[in-house]
Amino acid sequence: MRLEYFDLIDRVAELDIEGLTIQVVGTLPERSPVFEGHFPRFPVLPGVMMLEFMNHAAGYLLLRRQEMEKFIFLGGVKRAKFRRFVVPGDKMIVDAKITHEGSGFSIAETSVKVRNEVAADAEVVMIATEWPAEELRQEFHRRIPLIPVNDAESA
Amino acid sequence: MSATFDTVAQVIHETSEIPLSEITPDSHAIDDLGIDSLDFLDIVFALDKKFGIKIPLEAWTKEVNAGNASVEDYFILKNLAARIDELVAQKSA
Repeated sequence: MRLEYFDLIDRVAELDIEGLTIQVVGTLPERSPVFEGHFPRFPVLPGVMMLEFMNHAAGYLLLRRQEMEKFIFLGGVKRAKFRRFVVPGDKMIVDAKITHEGSGFSIAETSVKVRNEVAADAEVVMIATEWPAEELRQEFHRRIPLIPVNDAESA
Repeated sequence: MSATFDTVAQVIHETSEIPLSEITPDSHAIDDLGIDSLDFLDIVFALDKKFGIKIPLEAWTKEVNAGNASVEDYFILKNLAARIDELVAQKSA
């Protein structure tokens, strides 16, 4: 994981494109400028980064589901709860399930687990749109296949 | 007033907290009621679930952008209700 670059998914542990579920894993670095500021001498992952990770998990699933024909971005957060501190070195397991597919948008239930406990959960709205820039489309097409996916992939 | 319009008005009222009395069949969702695109997604989500349909918002947007339909065809509430009736009929056909 490269936290400061929003490069959060280390690997996809489970992927069921037809079943609309995914589980991804990312291990936090021991040191990061993020932790130096949040908080001084008491490093804790900001809740907004947990939300971002949940967004990435759902976004990855939706990108793969439509073979990256469209760009996926976070359109809204219907509900979010941050329940436990997540600290440097923690392994984060993020689950996402698409609960509604609309036309041009989706709703996902997501959660972050750390040390076998739910650290955060959220319901997010994901929007699909034309790629806003060709360079972005090319970069995603280059990067997404580089994320390791377990052999158990059922897609 | 159709039952479909009543449901649409109720959903808009619950989603956007706009008083029911301000929501009429001739209301324009954007121009009159001030609903923005993200709020409209919430409304579409609720209508999808309520009617068991999938409102083709993306296709409608494309039609409007291509000049093949007017914004009023979809965003005036009586027209939106009529489009929903068509989608429900297609689903049960």
